[in-house]
Amino acid sequence: MIEVSNVTKSYGGSDVVRGVTSSLPASGVTSIIGPNGAGKSTFLSMISRLLPMSSGQVTVDGMDILTADGDAMAKKLSILRQDNHLTARLTVRDLVAFGRYPHSKGRPTSDDLAHVERSISYLGLADLTHRFLDELSGGQRQRAFIAMVLCQDTKYVLLDEPLNNLDMKHAVAMMQLFRRAADELSKSVVLVLHDINFASCYSDLIIAMRDGQLIRQGTPAEIVTGANIHEIFDLEARVETVDGRSIVHFYL
Amino acid sequence: MKYFVLACLCVVALGVLSLFVGVSDVTPMTLLDPATSAHAFEMLMVSRVPRTLALVLAGAALAVAGLIMQMLVRNRFVEPSTAGTVESASLGLLVVMLLAPGLPVILKMLVAAAFALAGTAVFLGILRRVPLRSEFIVPLIGLMLGGVIEAGTNFVAFRHDLLQSLNAYMIGDFSAILRGRYELLWISFGLTCVAYVAADRFTVAGLGQDFTTNLGLDYRKVMAFGMVIVSLVTATVVVTCGVIPFLGLVVPNIIRLVIGDNLRRTLPWVALLGAALVISCDILARLVIAPYEIPIGTIMGVIGSGLFLYFLLRRRGYGE
Ligand SMILES: Nc1ncnc2c1ncn2[C@@H]1O[C@H](COP(=O)(O)OP(=O)(O)OP(=O)(O)O)[C@@H](O)[C@H]1O
Ligand SMILES: [Mg+2]
Repeated sequence: MIEVSNVTKSYGGSDVVRGVTSSLPASGVTSIIGPNGAGKSTFLSMISRLLPMSSGQVTVDGMDILTADGDAMAKKLSILRQDNHLTARLTVRDLVAFGRYPHSKGRPTSDDLAHVERSISYLGLADLTHRFLDELSGGQRQRAFIAMVLCQDTKYVLLDEPLNNLDMKHAVAMMQLFRRAADELSKSVVLVLHDINFASCYSDLIIAMRDGQLIRQGTPAEIVTGANIHEIFDLEARVETVDGRSIVHFYL
Repeated sequence: MKYFVLACLCVVALGVLSLFVGVSDVTPMTLLDPATSAHAFEMLMVSRVPRTLALVLAGAALAVAGLIMQMLVRNRFVEPSTAGTVESASLGLLVVMLLAPGLPVILKMLVAAAFALAGTAVFLGILRRVPLRSEFIVPLIGLMLGGVIEAGTNFVAFRHDLLQSLNAYMIGDFSAILRGRYELLWISFGLTCVAYVAADRFTVAGLGQDFTTNLGLDYRKVMAFGMVIVSLVTATVVVTCGVIPFLGLVVPNIIRLVIGDNLRRTLPWVALLGAALVISCDILARLVIAPYEIPIGTIMGVIGSGLFLYFLLRRRGYGE
C-alpha cells in the first residue's frame, strides 16, 4: 500500500498540491483524473520521489519514500513521467533492457533477458527492437518507454498519461495490459488519465483532483456520474450505462 | 566483435608505423643491422615507444572523457575544452608555477585536476540556473566560461612573465615525449578502464535525473563521479602533452552516429578511434614538412572538423 499523508507542494507561496491524504491499494488499477493544472503530475512525482515535497509523508509498504534505499525502492516502484525527452541515442532494445538495471546492475541474467523479450512483445515492439528512439514515431516511442518501465517488474507501476500519442487500438491494448498486470500478477498500476471512459472501464479505483486537492475517491460507479463530472471538470456531460459501465458523452 | 578485433589490429598497425616515422634513423633494417642496432634500439625505447604509447593513451582517454561529458551533460557539443575544464586545469598549472614551481609532476597534475573539477562544477552550476537550455546555449556558456578563465590566467601569467612557458605547456605537442615524461598517462588509461566498468551508470545518467532516480541510482553521485574522471583525465593529458582540440567532440559523435549511445558498447570504440585519430594526426604532423614537425593540434583541427562535417552531412535527419 502507498500511504500518502497530508502531502503539499508549494511554488513561491502558492500551493499546487495541497494537503492530499490517501492510500493507494497494493494491487489493482487506480486512475487519477482531473483538469489540466490540477496537480496530478506533481502529485505522482512526489509519491515516486522524483520531486521533493514541501510537507507531508509518503510510505510504500511501510518504507518512507525519502529515506528508503534508492535501489530497494527501484525494485518496488517504477515511474514514467508525462514528457520524456531523451538526448541519448539508444535502440529500443537497449532502452527496455535498462529497465532491468535495478535487478541486473548491467550484468543481465537469462531471467533478465526473458523479461526484456516479454516486455518488447507485450508492447508490440518486436519489429522495432534495433531502431534508434529518435527514429520512431511518437506513439512507438511512448510504447518503448512503457516497455522499459514494465520490464522493471515492480509491484507498483506509476504512469503519467501513458496513453499519450497512442492510437485507439494501442490505447485499448495498453489498458488491457495494465488490467492483466493487476489481475494476474497482482500489481498496483497507478495511472494519470485524461480519457474518463478508459478510467471508468478499466479502473478499480478513481481519484479525482482539482486545484491541487483530492476532491473525490471511489469506484468508477461512484465517481463517474454527471454531477461529479461537473464538479471535477466544470463540464456538462451525459453519463450512460453500457454493459454495466458508466460511459461519459462529452462530445455533444 | 569481429569488427572490433579488426579495428584493434588497425590501431596496432598505426602504432607500429608511428614507431618508424621520424628524423633519426629507426627502421626495421637499422634495428637488425648489428652495426646500428644498439643506437636504433636506444632511440626506439627512449623516444619512439614512449611517444607512441603517449599517443594511444592520451587519444583514448580524451575521447572517452568527451563521451562521458556529453552523456552526463546530455549535450553532444560539450567536451573538456568547451566546458571550461581545460582552461581551469591550465589556471591550476599557473598557480603551481607561481606558488610551488618545484612540485613533482604528479602533484602538479592533482592541483590541475582539482582546478579542472572546480571549473566544471561552476559550468554545471551555471547550466542549472540558465532557463531555456537550447542545445547550442550549453557549449556557448562553456566557451564563454573557458574564455573568461583563460583571459584571467593569461593576464596573471603575463604579469609574472610566465605566458610563454604556460603556452608551451598547453599547446598539444608530442615531440618532447621521452621515456620518463609520459608515464603519468597510464593514470588516464586506468581512468578509462574505470569508466568502462561504470559505463552503465553513465548511460543511465544520460537518460536524465528522473530515469536515474527511477532506476535506483543517485544522480548526483554518478554526475560527481563522472566529472572527477573527466577532470583527472584532462589534467593528466594537459600536464604531459598539452591540449588536443576537437578530439573529445569529434570521436564520440562519429561513434554515436554509427552505433548510438549505449556506453557499454560504444566506449571501447570511442577509445579505439580516439587513439587511431591521434596517432594518424601525429604521423602526419611528422611527415608533412619533414624533417620539421607541425603541432598536432593544427592537423587535428583540420582533420577533426572535416570528419565531423562529413559525418554530420552524410546522415541527414539524425538528432531531431
Ligand atoms: N516548476 C513549477 N513551478 C511553478 N509552478 C509549477 C511548476 N510545475 C508545475 N507547476 C504548476 O503546478 C500546477 C499543477 O501542475 P501539474 O503538472 O501537476 O498539473 P497536471 O494536473 O499534471 O496537468 P496536466 O493535465 O496538464 O498534465 C500547474 O498550475 C502548474 O502550472
Ligand atoms: Mg500532468
